[in-house]
Amino acid sequence: MLNPKDRIFTNLHGQEDWGLAAAQKRGDWQGTSELLSKGPEWLLEQVQVSGMRGRGGAGFATGIKCQFVPQQTEKPVYLIVNADEGEPGTCKDREILRHEPHKLLEGALLTARAIGAKVCYIYLRSEYNQPRERLEEAISEAYKAGLLGTNACGSGWDLEVHIHLGMGAYICGEETALIESMEGKKGLPRLKPPFPAVEGLYGCPTLVNNVETLAAIPTILRRGSEWFAALGRPHNTGTKIFCVSGHVNKPCVVEEEMGIPLKELIETHAGGVRGGWENLLAVIPGGSSVALIPKEICETVLMDFDSLREVESGLGTGGVIVMDWSTDIVAAIARLSKFYMHESCGQCSPCREGTGWLWRIMQRMIVGQASLEEIDLLYHLTKQVEGHTICALGDAAAWPIQGLIRHFRPELERRIAVYHQEERMRA
Amino acid sequence: MSSYVGQSNGPFEWTPENQAKAEEVLGRYPADQSASAVMPLLNLAQRQNQGWLSTEAIVYVADYLSMPEVRVWEVATFYSLFNIKPLGKHVIRVCGTTPCALQGSGKILKTCEKWLGIEAGQTTQDGMFTLEEVECLGACANAPLAYIHDQYYEDLTPESMTAILESLADGDIPPAGSQKRASSEKEGQAC
Repeated sequence: MLNPKDRIFTNLHGQEDWGLAAAQKRGDWQGTSELLSKGPEWLLEQVQVSGMRGRGGAGFATGIKCQFVPQQTEKPVYLIVNADEGEPGTCKDREILRHEPHKLLEGALLTARAIGAKVCYIYLRSEYNQPRERLEEAISEAYKAGLLGTNACGSGWDLEVHIHLGMGAYICGEETALIESMEGKKGLPRLKPPFPAVEGLYGCPTLVNNVETLAAIPTILRRGSEWFAALGRPHNTGTKIFCVSGHVNKPCVVEEEMGIPLKELIETHAGGVRGGWENLLAVIPGGSSVALIPKEICETVLMDFDSLREVESGLGTGGVIVMDWSTDIVAAIARLSKFYMHESCGQCSPCREGTGWLWRIMQRMIVGQASLEEIDLLYHLTKQVEGHTICALGDAAAWPIQGLIRHFRPELERRIAVYHQEERMRA
Repeated sequence: MSSYVGQSNGPFEWTPENQAKAEEVLGRYPADQSASAVMPLLNLAQRQNQGWLSTEAIVYVADYLSMPEVRVWEVATFYSLFNIKPLGKHVIRVCGTTPCALQGSGKILKTCEKWLGIEAGQTTQDGMFTLEEVECLGACANAPLAYIHDQYYEDLTPESMTAILESLADGDIPPAGSQKRASSEKEGQAC
């Protein structure tokens, strides 16, 4: 369990005021100028040594991603904060944005210095209105205090920060769709390469990072990358904000050490599974895009990237969706299929058509109105979508269904048998 | 006049206040990238036009940014928060994605349907309420929730949802946020 003194987000629930004075008392914006003066090379190295992996879902090494941005370039370099949180089960960035906005802004400045960016856009979903109000106010406070803008923190570095509101498209959380959207277009993901680090916003080098990733950076730099790297397990370092939703007694958002056992997370922080641990059916451990895991895996699995990948699921965003025995597990996954169908941008045929097919078959699977062979057909269909699209939305639509078939095939078969039996009786 | 799918609402131009805002918005982007302002300006136009984008508003924004109309239509019809038809005065958006569904968003939606006498996707005859089931609002630890007048109403029950609807019908804006705790802390934990 995370020692309280190792907590990064000490105001995650708004226990105290979110404004500048209170944030500074908690340690934000302390010694920022000295950190900036150590220069890009040092900053990048620290991020790399910390072992930080992106908190937006993919878990790519942040230090390496930053280093993809060319150091010598004629073009302007952009930093974009991905605050378009919308992965079902995920509600962590919202808490940073409304209760710890200064951590994000300081992290943006340090990262901007590291990659050579002088302009930062925060792409924020517009439904997050309370977070937007506070973020705007925090930006204004920081400008007035000389922490942002020209000669930010007296460092000689300039950083402009602007908010850009998303208008309700999940796909814009995908970084190239986000960039397209920022350029005033539909949010259609781009083919990679070129990667945004080389050719992103307006064709210029661009780094897109998640809110949680950036907001953790000031503390990592102040306390030392070794401190961060010592938390968790090798390759899965640091702290992580988990969002526990669904059938728990006390749903919550909580910061914990990476690699905490799932069972401990649920029992200690979320008041346990409704009706007790024995009433647990399954958990989606990393936001809707990862495969569910049944109770027997939940007993022992650790909450980090590699542990969850070993059980054919993923840490994703850390959105833990808990389902007890009252859950219609087929309907729960089918509702996700509807989500992906709704959010597919329509650019790639396998995803545009496939997500609709998946949802329609899943609708029938809920009531068992299918033949047994269709379970394999459904699985095959997910494999036709997975890996055949420009972005990962197709994969994300496929994985929850694959997880369902992997772990709950007997339940699908049972429903089909019951349906056919009832049909015979009706005949 | 534009020949796409939109509806008319009479002539559109910025109010003096929004003219100033629009110029401020343009200043956020490089001078040769004014198309970046299309989403914020459509948002501004929508707010000026009772929550929806008339054909005139879309054409106006296209002219304002010197963008081909079709590009602006593409944006206006791609993003789910742009409306190209009028909605009710109060738009009730109930999240229905799995984490909310597990916590009873179906009952919240039913409560609204029953109270308003309409189904999700419809507007009441008096034009006062529109009800929508929407996808993940990103506040799953405070499920179920609804998004109304730019605010989240969280940790809802059929009772609190009814009280919110009654309050809106009376012309009040009920207090937003969680209906039972401060934030997303474990309930009962000091915050």
